[in-house]
Amino acid sequence: MDYSQFFNMIPEAGLIAVLVIVFLADLILKGEKKHSVLSLLTGALFICQTALCFYAEPASVFGGCYESTQAANVMKIILTAGAFIVLVMSQSWLERADVKNKEGEYYELIISTLLGMYVMISSGHFLMFFLGLEMASVPMACLVAFDKFKKNSAEGAAKFILTATFSSGVMLYGISFIYGAVGTLYFGDVAAQISASPLTILGLVFFFSGLGFKISLVPFHFWTADTYQGAPTAVTGYLSVVSKGAAAFALMTILMKVFAPMVEYWEYLMYIVILLTITIANLFALRQKELKRFMAFSSISQAGYIMLAVIGNSAMGLTALMYYVLIYVAANMAVFTIINVVETRGNGNTKMNCYDGFYGTNPKLSFLMTLALFSLAGIPPFAGMFCKFFVFMAAAEQGSTLAYLVVFIALLNTVPSLYYYLKIVKCMYINQTETPLPTFKSDNNTRFALALCTIGILLFGVCSCVYDWLAQAAGM
Amino acid sequence: MDYTYSLLILLLPLLSFLVIGLPDFAGNKYAWSHKTAGLIGTCSIGLVTVLSYITAFQYFTAPRLADGTFATLVPYNYTWLPLGNLHFDLGILLDPISVMMLIVISTVSFMVHIYSFGYMHGEKGFQRYYAFLSLFTMSMLGLVLATNIFQMYMFWELVGVSSYLLIGFYYGLHAAVHASKKAFIVTRFADMFFLIGILIFGYYTGSFNFSFTGTEVHIAEGMTAFTTCDASRAAAAGGFILPTALVLMFIGGAGKSAMFPLHIWLPDAMEGPTPVSALIHAATMVVAGVVQIARLFPIWIEYAPQAMEIVVYVGAFTAFYAAAVACAQSDIKRVLAFSTISQIAFMMVALGVCLPGHHGAVLDNHAQLGYMASLFHLFTHAMFKACLFLGAGCIIHAVHSNEMSAMGGLKKYMPITHATFLISCLAIAGIPFFSGFSSKDEIITACFEHSQFIGWWMTGVAAMTAFYMFRLYYGIFWGTENKELHAHHTPHEAPLTMTFPLIFLSIITVGVGVFTTLGGFMDWSWASFGEIVSAAGTAYTVHFAPQVAITSTVIAVISIALATYIYKGEKQPIADKLYKTFPRLHRWAYKRFYMDEVYMFVTHKILFRFVSRPVQWIDEHIINGLIDFSAWGANEAGESLRPWQSGDVRQYAVWFLTGAVALTLVLLSIL
Repeated sequence: MDYSQFFNMIPEAGLIAVLVIVFLADLILKGEKKHSVLSLLTGALFICQTALCFYAEPASVFGGCYESTQAANVMKIILTAGAFIVLVMSQSWLERADVKNKEGEYYELIISTLLGMYVMISSGHFLMFFLGLEMASVPMACLVAFDKFKKNSAEGAAKFILTATFSSGVMLYGISFIYGAVGTLYFGDVAAQISASPLTILGLVFFFSGLGFKISLVPFHFWTADTYQGAPTAVTGYLSVVSKGAAAFALMTILMKVFAPMVEYWEYLMYIVILLTITIANLFALRQKELKRFMAFSSISQAGYIMLAVIGNSAMGLTALMYYVLIYVAANMAVFTIINVVETRGNGNTKMNCYDGFYGTNPKLSFLMTLALFSLAGIPPFAGMFCKFFVFMAAAEQGSTLAYLVVFIALLNTVPSLYYYLKIVKCMYINQTETPLPTFKSDNNTRFALALCTIGILLFGVCSCVYDWLAQAAGM
Repeated sequence: MDYTYSLLILLLPLLSFLVIGLPDFAGNKYAWSHKTAGLIGTCSIGLVTVLSYITAFQYFTAPRLADGTFATLVPYNYTWLPLGNLHFDLGILLDPISVMMLIVISTVSFMVHIYSFGYMHGEKGFQRYYAFLSLFTMSMLGLVLATNIFQMYMFWELVGVSSYLLIGFYYGLHAAVHASKKAFIVTRFADMFFLIGILIFGYYTGSFNFSFTGTEVHIAEGMTAFTTCDASRAAAAGGFILPTALVLMFIGGAGKSAMFPLHIWLPDAMEGPTPVSALIHAATMVVAGVVQIARLFPIWIEYAPQAMEIVVYVGAFTAFYAAAVACAQSDIKRVLAFSTISQIAFMMVALGVCLPGHHGAVLDNHAQLGYMASLFHLFTHAMFKACLFLGAGCIIHAVHSNEMSAMGGLKKYMPITHATFLISCLAIAGIPFFSGFSSKDEIITACFEHSQFIGWWMTGVAAMTAFYMFRLYYGIFWGTENKELHAHHTPHEAPLTMTFPLIFLSIITVGVGVFTTLGGFMDWSWASFGEIVSAAGTAYTVHFAPQVAITSTVIAVISIALATYIYKGEKQPIADKLYKTFPRLHRWAYKRFYMDEVYMFVTHKILFRFVSRPVQWIDEHIINGLIDFSAWGANEAGESLRPWQSGDVRQYAVWFLTGAVALTLVLLSIL
């Protein structure tokens, strides 16, 4: 075997190295200083890893099992950066006594899932892809259950792992149909031989439902609310942003590459799923009183918007998707960072009404939260408006009447989404209460995470160079 | 020869805005001390001024191109948003207009920065004030340096915002808040037309750029291609398109430049601090409309010469109207504000009268005169009007009132202010050897080229200008002293930080005046403004037409004499008698011919009652009903869907599978 092929897998090799180093450090380090040294080390390694991804070249190794494109490498940068923000923001939570002794495990689990996502987005073979997907799912269940003595957390994890297993099963079933129809699992070969038949359509839908579960598209989304609510807030952020972004990217590239001969079928599939996802998630989000559950439905609806880019079926669509994920990372992580800090300081409360009068006591945090929510709702001039604009444009470029109809309904759906995002803003600024949350000083890690996110929210939209960079990577 | 440093001209004020503004925004304990904040602002603008002078020197001493024009240079051009063929660029364009404007803006801004040290001394919000001044300077410089109309529009709005912030600087005062709102709303209303015009223009010509087919653009190395704007494409689409777009843009310019009937915001804008009035509402921002037309001039001339008449008549009427109102105002800043409106109208008229029609399709010397004169008047007016406003600031500082009744006889208390004010009054009145004479005289000559009517009309307005300015001058410095008030608080000369800008600006006024007046009579080409800025771009030597020069001088002298006769004395019997004879006329003029009331009537009585109320009714009863209904529906739907999300994992799996199968069936049905 030619081991030099690993040199073409720079991001993966680097991440494995990070995993090993963190694991060893976790074993070796002892005593008072362990927490600070370990967290600093992990943070530094993540920064190196992000930098390393910039040097990755497109490559196809191991007989085409591993295929990495320029776009996949850029996506890895985005995912790593997102995971880095998750690590930074989770510091305030990791200092809690019952979590502190498991800190190393937390990092290792995050790195393993990230590795799974890397593999997932740059695989060239269905089995490889499946391996990556599972590598990203199984440690995720551990992460959800990280507060294992909390009933919610355990329940969320149980639901997650059960649904994940189920969806993996359905997906494998779908893959086996495809194998049955074309006799190969290499992406390139499948693309060359596949044609629309009842068997391949069944394969397509079953395969799609597996990824639909990861992206939490309706009707594969049921686990989302319970798991998001139960999981530690940092993990919820990770699930909603990084994990979802990786799956969305993988879905788009596979649909475009492997199922290209069946394009009219999967586009039809996307139309239905997008409309269901956006509409139903919005209806659920309207009535939520619990912020993390609310964010779960918000993230489902955002996933629907991300999927609009898939309709585009073009390099421009891919660019719009990556751009959306990038900006979504910034805005959503800002919200979760604030939820996290409020939860940590406010006795674990994540009810929406505990934000009443928040502006009076914590004006700066409320302001940043408002920026992030405005960005999520797509209010100009924040980045969220630009990314929505580009996915709508990508979908409209597809040109069919149905695509226009879907875009139109998605546009209509931004109205209720505006309403429910502003509901939180109203809580913070207008609602008054006798017992608002006390004023607290956020720690440096939270500030750092918020600063990173806010820069993203303010600059990614206006600086066209970000979009240009992604467009170049997507080959536009 | 490169101009890489020109980016600093924009970056320095922006940086200064951030450095002063952010700590101040963060809270009182982080803010800089007054002195530091002021120094940061002043030093950065000082640097910008030096850089502007260097740019101007380098630019105007460089050899001309073969066809006799100065090169149009683009040291920076960055494509911000590409949208197909049309793209939004940000960059820096150096051509005679922008370089000339650099000098005007940076000089006046620098003087105002120095002056504000004294004027704003000890004011609450001093840091905020300097931060906004820097923001304004950056925006205004960006406006004139813009490479395309869209960039100009962006900075145009930024200028509007900083103007809004500075007018409302004393946000505790109701009048200031009201004035800032009014200024913002009126100019925004006009800007709406500007934007529509820009979009029409961009859509039909395929570019927003200012460089038009035929002009040679030199782009710094390493820059992307710079598409020139091909107006003939739009002309091919239909003869009315370009004139429509240009007139719409002119409405935007008229809003910013306070042309009748969009002038109503400018007098109220005087609620801002006086140095702000000098910088924004006299010298720089309000001439944005003139700059805009001058920028698009080649297109106006070639594709919309008839529409130019609109500019002429709007300008001519505004000039007269504002001069008439200025004769009756008692608040010195209001007099200056109306005088500003009138003078900008002069510039507008001068641009408008450049019609090629009289002398064939190509611009000849006579048609060029108006263009050159307009921008020259912009330059001289900026200097002497800033000086007048800053002088007014010293006076207000001394007597703590804007009303002329609180003044009178200040000559002996404030010698420097008096001297500089007099110089500026002479300049605006159009007395030879003062800068206003050279520019105004050329404008009137150009007007006579257009038609006898406009020529005499503007001569009449020039006479009124001399009259009301000297009414103001005598009212402040001569006449009866308000002993009662002055005993309570003796007026005194302002400190050096405030008098230095006055002296500096009046030196420019006299210097420019002497050289150009002599030059105009002697045909000195080097002392002519046409050497640097002219419509065709080639050097153009001004030559005074003796009959016009003599007529206008004589008329100015007569007006001044009349004002002296009426207002100089301690007692003013003639003024009182005039006032008694025509009380209604005086009241009308004092109330600005009830233009504000007309607006109030139109907006409140007509728009609100006959449009807004019915719309409100429809909104409340029909639209709200529909919205409430759909919100209720959405809520109910959400409620009825809730059991679906039961928390039961087995049920989730069932739905998962049902969903997958249902999707498959749908896809199979279209097979």
